Amino acid sequence: MAKRPEFDGVLTCPMPVGVHDRIVLGHGSGGKLSAELIEQIFLPAFNNSALNQLNDQAIVDFPGKQLAFTTDSFVVKPLFFPGGDIGSLAVHGTVNDLAMGGAQPLYMSAAFILEEGLEIETLRRVVQSLQRAAIEAGVTIVTGDTKVVEKGHGDGLFINTTGIGTVQRGLTLSADQAVPGDRVILSGPLGDHGIAILAQREGLEFETTIQSDSAPLHTLARAMLDAAPVGAIRCMRDPTRGGLSSTANEIAAKSRVGITLEESCIAVREEVRGACELLGLDPMYVANEGKLVAIVDPCVAGAVLAAMQQHVYGREARIIGTVTESNPGTVVMRTAFGTTRIVDMLPGDQLPRIC
Amino acid sequence: MKYVDEFRDPRLARSLVDDIAKRVTRPWVLMEICGGQTHTLVRYGFDELLPKQIELVHGPGCPVCVTPLEIVDKAISLASRRDVIFVSYGDMLRVPGSTTDLFRVKAAGGDIRVVYTPVEAVKIAQANPARSVVFFGVGFETTAPAHAMAILQAKRLGVTNFYLLASHVLVPPAIETLLESAKNRVQGFIAPGHVCTVVGFQQYEELAGRYHVPIVVGGFEPTDLLEAIRELVIQLEDGRAEVVNQYARSVSRTGNLAAQHAVEQVFEICDRRWRGIGPIPQSGMRIRPEFAQFDAERVFGLEGSGAEEPSECIAADVLMGIRKPMDCPAFGRQCTPESPLGAPMVSSEGACAAYYRYRRHGVEAGMKG
Repeated sequence: MAKRPEFDGVLTCPMPVGVHDRIVLGHGSGGKLSAELIEQIFLPAFNNSALNQLNDQAIVDFPGKQLAFTTDSFVVKPLFFPGGDIGSLAVHGTVNDLAMGGAQPLYMSAAFILEEGLEIETLRRVVQSLQRAAIEAGVTIVTGDTKVVEKGHGDGLFINTTGIGTVQRGLTLSADQAVPGDRVILSGPLGDHGIAILAQREGLEFETTIQSDSAPLHTLARAMLDAAPVGAIRCMRDPTRGGLSSTANEIAAKSRVGITLEESCIAVREEVRGACELLGLDPMYVANEGKLVAIVDPCVAGAVLAAMQQHVYGREARIIGTVTESNPGTVVMRTAFGTTRIVDMLPGDQLPRIC
Repeated sequence: MKYVDEFRDPRLARSLVDDIAKRVTRPWVLMEICGGQTHTLVRYGFDELLPKQIELVHGPGCPVCVTPLEIVDKAISLASRRDVIFVSYGDMLRVPGSTTDLFRVKAAGGDIRVVYTPVEAVKIAQANPARSVVFFGVGFETTAPAHAMAILQAKRLGVTNFYLLASHVLVPPAIETLLESAKNRVQGFIAPGHVCTVVGFQQYEELAGRYHVPIVVGGFEPTDLLEAIRELVIQLEDGRAEVVNQYARSVSRTGNLAAQHAVEQVFEICDRRWRGIGPIPQSGMRIRPEFAQFDAERVFGLEGSGAEEPSECIAADVLMGIRKPMDCPAFGRQCTPESPLGAPMVSSEGACAAYYRYRRHGVEAGMKG
């Protein structure tokens, strides 16, 4: 029989596992591992002033214009989900990246990587959905590409896009512009997209079907910008992968400010909360595809909020927090109990807990 | 949300805290045993909420944290085999073994799948008859019934390519080890509500009597825990040491007999090494010889790696509530959730990870206006 251990304080500890020498799924999670790839691999290689801003889009000068330029890839599984599909998502994701820079989206490319064996009918449905979404968003798909990979070398269908839009001269929205005192505004409840996908993928059944919030946000962004003088909206971001926690942490880090969020002001739909409880997930880390976060001068926060609430994609907008001088680089959540906790970025994907 | 919001009601929480503050006259050290309870306490900032006389220390009840290195190494070796589909709960994937973790094995080509229930693994085995499907069954008394059911189901369905890599641990022997230790400071325990849902709380009555220590079976929501703390304070102030069931909406004295029966059929008690703590006699469960055909360790002839855990972190003291995560020199420096040095930094239920995520700075919260 084993002997009872003595607690002398020097027992045990596993070896640290060193830095990654291969890509793991967490590198695509939008959390700390994703940031590590960008900082260690991409930025040193491509280093330039437009890229180094690390916004959702690059703003580049073009004779007579300021252009917003972005690219995105879509690898969602399943291809069709409640509230959207990979085609509409490709448009919304691209348009939103442009819109968060205050741009009017104009043109898109769409490149398809197809897996051998994909049904043509599936491709047709995706393409039609993509076109419908493009019409709604007022963008034109002006160029494209198709590649086919062998069976087993893709997951049915991947889409890569680029998007181009124009930005009003003098308008700069950027994650490094938050100032203490600014308000944090969120356009609606968190977690719909991530949970809709997860529920579909895992075959989870709830009393009501959770719909993805996938939507184009450029007209909402426009309405907000029209409601405030230039410069009063410091930054807009869509909290996609990594959720609100990643977005808030990025802004806090880039602006060297603290952000305090009020838990009771952050809306999460009842069914999404239920699913998160069941799965052991935190909605703060779940992806959204039709929400935006804005950092706004406190003097115009009320006017911007009112404009948002007039818009179909901003009806449930709320002020959820404040930018602070204290705790620079840190996001703090004030709970309904009046206590506080840190909201950190996740190292990788959220992991379902054992029990 | 029904059945959740009631237990997160700030007004009720405030009145419980006020009541605790009224009753407490001297310092008490209390331990919540389960990692899920630790997670709630830290997430809701109970240290800011409770009177200073109450010190909460965190117990060994994090299944991810205490699974021995040797078992993690065995999991990694199985998951690396081409003929194996390795199936696991999500949060075991990041647990470091001696040299790597399951995420990296997956990146290197291992077929590793995450499920929410072991019965899914039996289905995967049925769908892939040419391959061996191994489920990584770790946890306390809570997960053991589901693992037993998976084996019983595989047997009933005649599934011959399903195996369980089992590493179960039992709570009471660990608590007894702690109570026997000269270093113990804990004066009252919040017993793990989900473990007790399965096994009841008779064993805790024995512990309370023998060591004259009050034990409250507690839930996982904020007001559950506050009620449990209040009950412990009342008993300690009165000099009583009884077992009280605060989590009666889930726990009965005898527990879930059907679940216990399934566990007894499939598993037997054995000695077990706890990561971060060491070997504890009669503190684990292994698959009975009658079910050897489902036992991954036997079928695949896995040898113990003999891996020794280096002694850089203070996991043992943290898991036994002797010291706090912040007392560790490596905390937040060499040891973070991205590269955990110690097991309690791995799972969100681990005390170190919970502190790192929620409370690592003395933050000032100032929401103006």
